[in-house]
Amino acid sequence: MAKVLGNSEFWRGLFALIMFVLLWEIGSRWKEMFGYSLPYVGLLPAPSEVAVAWTKVLPKWGYWESWYMSFKRVLAGFLAAMLIGIPFGLMLAVNKYFRDIFFPPFEVLRPIPPLAWVPASLIFWPTNEMSIAFVTFLGAFFTIVINVIGGARSIDVRYLRAAQSMGASQWDLFSKIILPGTLPSIFTGAAVGMGITWEVVLAAEMISGGGTQGSGGLGFFIWNSYMGGSLPQIVVGMISIGIAGYLSSSLIRIIGARFMPWRRLF
Amino acid sequence: MNIAIPGQPSPVQGLAPVAKPTRGQISIKNVTKIYDPEGVNVMAVDDCSMEIAAGEVCMIVGPSGCGKTTLLNAIAGFHSITSGEIRLDGELLCGPGKPKADQGADRIVVFQHGALFPWKTLAENVAYGPMVQGKLSKKDALEKAHFKLAEAGLGDFGGKYPGEVSSGMARRAEIVRALINDPAVLLLDEPYRAMDALTKSIMHESLLEVYDRTKVTIFFITHDLDEAIFLGDKVYVVTTRPCRLKKTVEVKLPRPRNFEMLSSEEFRVLVSEINEAVHEEAIKAFQSGEREMA
Amino acid sequence: MATTTVTTNEVPQRRVAPTGLALAWHRFKKSLRSPTPYLTVFGIFLWFFTYWLLCEGLQLPRFVKIPGPVTIISEWFSTNPSQGISIFTPEYYHHIAVSCRRIAIAFFLATAIGVPLGLLMGWSRAFHDYTFPILETLRPIPILAWVPLAILMFQGYETPVIFLATLASLFVTTLNTMLGVQSIDEAYFRAAGCLGSSKWDVFKHVVVPGALPYIFTGLQISIGVAWFSLVAAEMVSGDYGLGYLILSSYVNGVTVPMVIGMLTLGFVGWFTSVLVRMIGDRLMQWHVRALALQGR
Repeated sequence: MAKVLGNSEFWRGLFALIMFVLLWEIGSRWKEMFGYSLPYVGLLPAPSEVAVAWTKVLPKWGYWESWYMSFKRVLAGFLAAMLIGIPFGLMLAVNKYFRDIFFPPFEVLRPIPPLAWVPASLIFWPTNEMSIAFVTFLGAFFTIVINVIGGARSIDVRYLRAAQSMGASQWDLFSKIILPGTLPSIFTGAAVGMGITWEVVLAAEMISGGGTQGSGGLGFFIWNSYMGGSLPQIVVGMISIGIAGYLSSSLIRIIGARFMPWRRLF
Repeated sequence: MNIAIPGQPSPVQGLAPVAKPTRGQISIKNVTKIYDPEGVNVMAVDDCSMEIAAGEVCMIVGPSGCGKTTLLNAIAGFHSITSGEIRLDGELLCGPGKPKADQGADRIVVFQHGALFPWKTLAENVAYGPMVQGKLSKKDALEKAHFKLAEAGLGDFGGKYPGEVSSGMARRAEIVRALINDPAVLLLDEPYRAMDALTKSIMHESLLEVYDRTKVTIFFITHDLDEAIFLGDKVYVVTTRPCRLKKTVEVKLPRPRNFEMLSSEEFRVLVSEINEAVHEEAIKAFQSGEREMA
Repeated sequence: MATTTVTTNEVPQRRVAPTGLALAWHRFKKSLRSPTPYLTVFGIFLWFFTYWLLCEGLQLPRFVKIPGPVTIISEWFSTNPSQGISIFTPEYYHHIAVSCRRIAIAFFLATAIGVPLGLLMGWSRAFHDYTFPILETLRPIPILAWVPLAILMFQGYETPVIFLATLASLFVTTLNTMLGVQSIDEAYFRAAGCLGSSKWDVFKHVVVPGALPYIFTGLQISIGVAWFSLVAAEMVSGDYGLGYLILSSYVNGVTVPMVIGMLTLGFVGWFTSVLVRMIGDRLMQWHVRALALQGR
């Protein structure tokens, strides 16, 4: 802690953030102070208004239910993508024939942005919830698979030869070399995938837009504030999602560090 | 510390005799360097003094990560020193009141892993110095670079990128890049460390050839004893961290040097003399078990 | 790799390697001897067949709602499409053109702002310390969360959409450029210093070329992200464009243009990313040739 307080980087960062909020406050209150409003910035709600709006929603049950719903959706789609994506990616990386057959269709579908799947998914799946889960799954799936393949194929061949010379079986090679060797990429993919998952959940919640305040999630919370014309509340929603996204990627980092003690050195 | 006698330039056959060198005399006096990254003082160099005469090939030998590079960095102006002073041809590089030397084209470094710009061809790399110093126009600089490369036997490779040639060639081009600026001192930081013995011997031959031609002062860091004795006029053995001067050995092998000298009695005596001192330090360094600073 | 010959002046004898089309042809011929192309064709065929079987062959419940491959292809290439969109309708190209124009503007803006910003952040310690925390605070907010704010701040359809796509690429480009500068080996800075460079020389000859590989990796990701956000923005607020086409088809209950929109989006997105890579390879011959020698 003393180290953090002692270096200039911390203080500069703090100074910059305070200045940023201050300028924002002044910019959005320009009209009150100088009589005319600034373009664009003048339309934003001031940070103080946002803070007030936040204290108003904090005790409300619906706000926390939005958090819960969004987290649940992100988690569902993300876990499904991990569970299917990791084995699929490993198979693609390990088996040449499997790769030759299944990689091309995968590559054809990959460039389609996940959100473009939303309408098709709404048509296909019987409930809204299932279509959101499906699109979320797709968003993370492609990223995770690509990372797994990249990771598994970048494993130094010397490790495999060393293991073979010590008498490792095929299964040993897979579980003791390929899997741990791919872990860093899996976690990189997971972190990126988590970001995409949040984007997708948010978009799906905004587009499908169904439900009441609570069951709509944070995306709907923002959309609802927009429809209701409450600007400060939109920003509250944005910041909440930012925090939620940051928490989830930190979680992945922490889990990653636990699973990969050898990486902590660097 | 005795005053060094410059390596007696013997007449070189087939080459015009070079006048006695007058530039590149380095004096290092009581230099100490303490790193303080985490509030724990790490002493890298402790009260180190050396006198390097103009045109001398000075070899610094010591265990890996002992602080030799710190000394080189101080001369080059990459790092500051804590106390002491370093002078080049009598002029203060760094010392009291001026902890860090200015970087300048009078002292050019050849780096351990090579630092040819990978995004420039060999010729563009060589032309870089004269060009940015404003000595030559880009066109003239490139022309001169091609000429200098050809002189070093790299005539066909001027248009290649460093990633396309062998490490030996890249290293030779790097020396050409340094010499085109006519530096007073060439600072080499274990430049041949990662090379196989055969390539290394070719590198030695070409460096010796360059030296005989230019008589530039060379400050060469290595941990290869044969290399140190074969190339150097003087070998300084330094201790493991902190870096202190342990032993100075003068190499009186005649110049130009050739590979037969490697098997001479004189050479072997020198090797065993230095080996003893170095081995002791190597054991100390090994037992301290620290990860090399590289 | 050529061997070093020191004493002689002989030019090493080398076979001229094929380049360009000849190289592509050589690779193609070689690949025909391996099972890969046949398996690839089989894989694509298998995928199409499964798709057809589920939607049109067996007409399984739920799958029947999704247009099958035969329907899509016949509609896509029909001169008189029953659902309004095919390669013969000007409408189709209008949507593509609008989306591409938006991407071009957004990508250009993001690159023009992001690359210099990233270079400065990577190069100057103080600038980094002051700006990076702000960037890191804003970055976790998903681009989609900006949608309502963008609509309120900028009037009309065009500006909010471009704003969102720009913002998304800007983060990626800036960060990658910064990482690129930070990844440059200290030795290159030192070498440049030794050789008598001014600050500007270091910037021009070390910082910019050294960061280029990262910048172009960043640009490739950034154009993907730009498409991602563009589609989202067009879906929520838009009058034209591929994202709008997909959502409006859904709203109007026509499914074939929806799938055509998706596939077109995939193709155009892929094409732009290849374009960025090709530009990068042209600018970084040193990088490409070094990688080629390592057999990558």
